[in-house]
Amino acid sequence: MELNIFGIGILTWIVFIPIVGMIIVLLLPDKNRNAIRWTAAVATGIQVVLAGIIFAVFDRAKLGINDAESFQFMEKYSWITVEAVPWVGRIEINYFLGIDGLSVLMIILTSLIAFIGVISSWNIDKMVKGYFALYLLLVTGMMGVFVALDFFLFFIFWEVMLLPMYFLIGLWGGPRREYAAIKFFIYTFVGGILMLLTMLALYFSVAYTDPATGQSVHTFNILHMMNPANYVDGGLLSGVDTTWRYVAWMALFINFAIKIPLFPFHTWLPDAHVEAPTPISVILAGVLLKLGTYGLLRINFPIFPDATVYFIYFMAALGMISIIYGAFCAMAQDDFKKLIAYSSISHMGIVVLGIAALNTQGMVGGVLQMFNHGIITAVLFLSVGVLYDRTKKRGLYDFGGIATQMPKYTGLAMIGMFAALGLPGLNGFVSELFSFLGAFEAYKWITIISVTGIIITAGYILWTIQRVYLGKTPEKLADLKDLTPREVLMFVPLIVLIILLGIYPAPAIELMNSSLSHLVEFINAGGM
Amino acid sequence: MVENTLHSISLYLPEIVLVVTLCVIIVADLVLKNQKHASAWIMLGGLATAGIFVMLQAGTVESIFFGMAAVDPFATFFKVLLIFTGIFVVLFSMKNRELEGYSSRMGEYYMLFSGMMLGMLMMVGATNLLLMFLALEIASISSYVLAGFTKRSLRSSEAAMKYIIYGAVSSGVMLYGISLLIGVTAATDINAINEAIAAGVEQTMMLNISVLMILVGLGFKIAVVPFHFWAPDVYEGAPITIAALLAVASKIAAFAMLIRLFSVSFIDASGLSTTGTWSSVEGIHWGLLLGGMAALAMIVGNLAALRQDNIKRMLAYSSIAHAGYILMGLVIMSSEGLTSIMIYLFIYLFMNLGAFYVAMLFMNKAGTESIEEYKGLGHRAPLAGAALTIFLVSLTGLPPTGGFVAKLYIFGAAISGGWIWLAAIAGITTIISLFYYIRVVRNMYFFKPDEDAGRIEFDISSKVILFALLVPVLLTGLYFQPVLEFARNSMLMFGF
Repeated sequence: MELNIFGIGILTWIVFIPIVGMIIVLLLPDKNRNAIRWTAAVATGIQVVLAGIIFAVFDRAKLGINDAESFQFMEKYSWITVEAVPWVGRIEINYFLGIDGLSVLMIILTSLIAFIGVISSWNIDKMVKGYFALYLLLVTGMMGVFVALDFFLFFIFWEVMLLPMYFLIGLWGGPRREYAAIKFFIYTFVGGILMLLTMLALYFSVAYTDPATGQSVHTFNILHMMNPANYVDGGLLSGVDTTWRYVAWMALFINFAIKIPLFPFHTWLPDAHVEAPTPISVILAGVLLKLGTYGLLRINFPIFPDATVYFIYFMAALGMISIIYGAFCAMAQDDFKKLIAYSSISHMGIVVLGIAALNTQGMVGGVLQMFNHGIITAVLFLSVGVLYDRTKKRGLYDFGGIATQMPKYTGLAMIGMFAALGLPGLNGFVSELFSFLGAFEAYKWITIISVTGIIITAGYILWTIQRVYLGKTPEKLADLKDLTPREVLMFVPLIVLIILLGIYPAPAIELMNSSLSHLVEFINAGGM
Repeated sequence: MVENTLHSISLYLPEIVLVVTLCVIIVADLVLKNQKHASAWIMLGGLATAGIFVMLQAGTVESIFFGMAAVDPFATFFKVLLIFTGIFVVLFSMKNRELEGYSSRMGEYYMLFSGMMLGMLMMVGATNLLLMFLALEIASISSYVLAGFTKRSLRSSEAAMKYIIYGAVSSGVMLYGISLLIGVTAATDINAINEAIAAGVEQTMMLNISVLMILVGLGFKIAVVPFHFWAPDVYEGAPITIAALLAVASKIAAFAMLIRLFSVSFIDASGLSTTGTWSSVEGIHWGLLLGGMAALAMIVGNLAALRQDNIKRMLAYSSIAHAGYILMGLVIMSSEGLTSIMIYLFIYLFMNLGAFYVAMLFMNKAGTESIEEYKGLGHRAPLAGAALTIFLVSLTGLPPTGGFVAKLYIFGAAISGGWIWLAAIAGITTIISLFYYIRVVRNMYFFKPDEDAGRIEFDISSKVILFALLVPVLLTGLYFQPVLEFARNSMLMFGF
């Protein structure tokens, strides 16, 4: 299926609209702050509309994953082609975009969170122009990763996110922003180098035969990398279950695990979250962490099904550790943002456990959890941001009795809290249930231990509610204003989704069900 | 014989133009004493003319002067790079505050500069050991003097002294190696040497020693570990324009010579037509030797750069590290590897010159070379700050800049050749390099400038030069097919 707007594919629009916005922002004069903000809002707003169109016309039955024919909204143009010369085959890098059931939810999530991030950035006053220019560049990077089907393109989008994020944390962040920014940069860069080396090794191991000319073509096409028939004889990563394939899987896994972040690669996250300004925390927790699990599903699983199966227990165990460890750490925090950061580690652990089940239930649960967690943590970080804007405090013991002061705000924040806790009727419950159900089929004991994480989660969330929202108000916090209309606007869409998907998750599940079932079959068949 | 010579001369026009430029500058310096930039404009004209002649030679594959030199696309590629560098450095020199105290001696400066350019252009095309050595010396001796050009500065004189002593010793070693090689093979032409080696030489030991000694001389020129000790001191002491020239042009010319010498003389080319790879002559495992040098250069260069505060010293160590990355392309001994070297050098030219240029602008306007004192400069000079950020990001090798493409190809070459450990070292050292490059960026942006420090403004011509360097760095990051094809075609028609 194709969908063109003014002759340009819809995916190109949705990826590059923020870049257009960025160029306009850069051309606007420094003083004109509102024009800059509105440009960013319009650019991300258009993305939301485009994501809505994609949601409406997306064909739920098509499989995707490894089958180029059933990807949707495909765009494929030759980007760099070097004709065949002696000794080496033809070289090609394509501008290749397309989505399937795995990526469609992520696109909706990204556009939504990016838009809400802009609304939440409205009160940023320091270097507004630079802020929104970098913000929009970051959005392009995130969106690009979710639609790229060429490894080279995927890598470029992946790395493009680094520098804006470094500056956004480092220039607009809290007191220890510099440390947090460089820590984030280094962790992600280490992962990036691992991915670069693996990408090159894959490139030299894969060559498909061009049906038109019969030439052997080295390619970065991810779909070609999934086909065992395309591996050249004697290539580094050719064969099945070889040591090099395990090494390559591990290199990619570490890169994605840093992003997720999975224990023991998680230490950058609490720092980055605490120091980043609110909207960037929202983006970070809402979208950036999902890039890790998305990468596992898009690249590690289908390209290395043999290594995936080999390491799957290891992966599930890391998921389990993250769930329990993250929850305990969250319990011990007295900084609100740090608490949410550790709860993210815990909740992303559920995603990893779910997808490691390698059955449809777990997989669907995991991907749905990615989406739900994105929305829930966005609400949680926005809640902290609202309090921080008013009091310049984040300590859990600094607050109390907010419910009587700001009833509207407390109501909305509590819904987010309860969704994070996994209360039935809200979206978090559905995806956690599916993930654990799927995982239980595959790993009995790991799942049983992991589920206890839910109890700890309930513990720290209820405790937080008690400390912050209930009880007596300290005198210093006497008259806090309730939410402004702008703030209500940024909460509402997320809260609606939390409730809606809690009661009726079918629209989201339908989107991905067929693709994910196909992915499960594909891996279990060893990539055949 | 006369015909051959005349024909050869017609193909040697770029070099001849530079000789003429050199002479014109000397005369003009006497006549036009009061014109500030007269020699600079003459030099630019000379370089541009030489550039046009180089372009006209595109596609020619000929051996000239009875096998002394070659005119082939490989040489043309490097000559284009050298002339680009030369033009940029002349433009830098016109902007450099450091040189303003020496305006009466600028004729001398450009005369030596054109001498150095001449030497480097000859290095690229030379196919005979004698001419190779001669060209190398023309380039070196001019650069010794240039390094000490700001003679009232103690640092500069010290730099020149160190450079000349180090240079003289390594040239001596190299010359000794050349004489041994001639003794062993009874030939001076690099093809004849290859034939002699292929036929089998009696003294293999002597052959290996001679090659090692030649490697010392060339290793000095490209500043690769363990022949790098001069570089930080010389870069720091020399005028920054000359430091830029040494970091870019000298390396380009020396790499061209190294590639030509090694890939023609010391290889077993029998597999070339079928597999595109060679094997080295018996005795020493050349790949491993070069690989070890590359690994050392990457490790030492990047680690030492971490602790530098002077931006020129930092760029010196970073250029040692980059020499290591570039050398990786030679290790795998295939045409693909050499192509990746050429791509790397092409992009390296723009990004490294760019970094030197912004460092120079900051030195002109803010009067500092110390990275610690760069604090707040990004806010005071937004354009130059952003440009330096892009150049440094490119030197780190992050997309979407040209530096990424350069690293991609070099890493790719190492992986395709099966040198996984070398690629791994390159990857790890790239991560280390992030620390010192990003430190400059951090200092520029993460600190507020002093209250009384105003905005730094640049004139239009400075901005134009900046964009001329910036655009290729960004463009090659997004669409590098032209560079790729230029390099590949030049490599495929590697003549002599």
